[in-house]
Amino acid sequence: MIKRREFDTGLEELSSLLQEMSAHVEHALIESLESLKTSDIERAKSIIAKDAELNELENKIMDIGSRLILTQQPVAKDLRRILVSFRISSDLERMGDLSIDIAKVVVRMNGEPVMKPLIDITRMVEIVQQMIAESTKAYNEENVDLAYKMAKDDDMVDQLYGQIIRELMSFLVEDPHKASQVMNLMFVGRYIERIADHATNIGESIVYLVTNERPDLNS
Amino acid sequence: MSTATQAANQTLIHIEQLNLYYGTYHALKNVNLTIPEKAVTAFIGPSGCGKSTLLRTLNRMNDMIDGTRIEGLVSMGGTDIYSSDVDVETLRKKVGMVFQQPNPFPKSIYDNIAYGPRLHGIKSKSQLDEIVEQSLKQAVLWDEVKDYLKRSAFSLSGGQQQRLCIARALAVNPDVLLMDEATSALDPISTLKIEELVQELKNKYTIVMVTHNMQQAARTSDQTVFFLNGEMVEFDQTETLFSNPSDKRTEDYITGRFG
Repeated sequence: MIKRREFDTGLEELSSLLQEMSAHVEHALIESLESLKTSDIERAKSIIAKDAELNELENKIMDIGSRLILTQQPVAKDLRRILVSFRISSDLERMGDLSIDIAKVVVRMNGEPVMKPLIDITRMVEIVQQMIAESTKAYNEENVDLAYKMAKDDDMVDQLYGQIIRELMSFLVEDPHKASQVMNLMFVGRYIERIADHATNIGESIVYLVTNERPDLNS
Repeated sequence: MSTATQAANQTLIHIEQLNLYYGTYHALKNVNLTIPEKAVTAFIGPSGCGKSTLLRTLNRMNDMIDGTRIEGLVSMGGTDIYSSDVDVETLRKKVGMVFQQPNPFPKSIYDNIAYGPRLHGIKSKSQLDEIVEQSLKQAVLWDEVKDYLKRSAFSLSGGQQQRLCIARALAVNPDVLLMDEATSALDPISTLKIEELVQELKNKYTIVMVTHNMQQAARTSDQTVFFLNGEMVEFDQTETLFSNPSDKRTEDYITGRFG
């Protein structure tokens, strides 16, 4: 098989930029959770400050992908690989924004300690973290089975989210003074649940890349 | 666009178990293919894959090459075109052809177009005028040449000459137009004009084109056929073939990784 050096190098660049974005999102998510657990405003602020880097990476992907379409006239899976990298990077960018939203909650709580150990929220983050790793692996290996498995992970995240909402509601009934923190934690749960949805979108993109079909894994 | 075309259009050309040999060389191997009417079908593949050979079987141009042997069926509108009672001249009137290099006759623009109709017995000046005008209009050349019909065809640019050749083919009222790399000697603007023209013409004619330009096949055709070493590897709606080819060899070829 003939290697198209310039084109294949471009595709590899896209792949490594996506990997870099994933790592960035994973880091932002974990750091946000840690800053929430420890009520560490400075740590939260430093995560927020790094958001621009993620946007920069997304722009780079747009630039390289557009250039490859313009100069290489890709077809079939080559074209899908570029289209999918646009979609995945925009999902990752949103996932980054939602991680930042968690950090912003920490800033808003202004050092107020969390009222309970964040067991289910931590569990949600662990699953999402796993989904991010799976998405990178599935993309690199073009592994459709793994992409479908991510939809199952998302179901678990949704379940935990429902559980967290019910628990927080009971706190609210117990002590209405906790309303502010309950709302903030509900938002955190919601953000993580949304991050998992975007990760599921990435799974869909990978299925499209490999099969040219568009499943709806988020339903 | 392509799915609708395929669904709506009837098969015009039917090729069954076609084998063609140039002497001992097996140039086409067991080709089975149906070509729908009033649509554009593109043949793609590397040099020597048999695409032009197959195109030439459709108006029996291969008959002119010594040592050519054909087995199998090529039927057009239900008639076996290789049957002994088929008149080749009549067949070629029904199946016009445009080549890579524009090949106008060393005559005036008018006489180039009128040549075929005259050959087929039309003598009336007004009737010939009408055919010349209509053919040139169909080939989107009329506006550019209507005031210079007596000028030599060689005074035209390459792109205009090629459209003149298309007009000449249309003048005898064919069913099918074969285009063998018809734009590869033209500049990008002339190429675009011919491609636009093809989109117009397919409403009336069945067009089969051979092209080395894959973007052209993707842009202009409804169906695409990929050939390799005399074999038909894949035949599908153009959109499908270029987005999700089913054969690995097709994918390698269209993505430029063939080797």
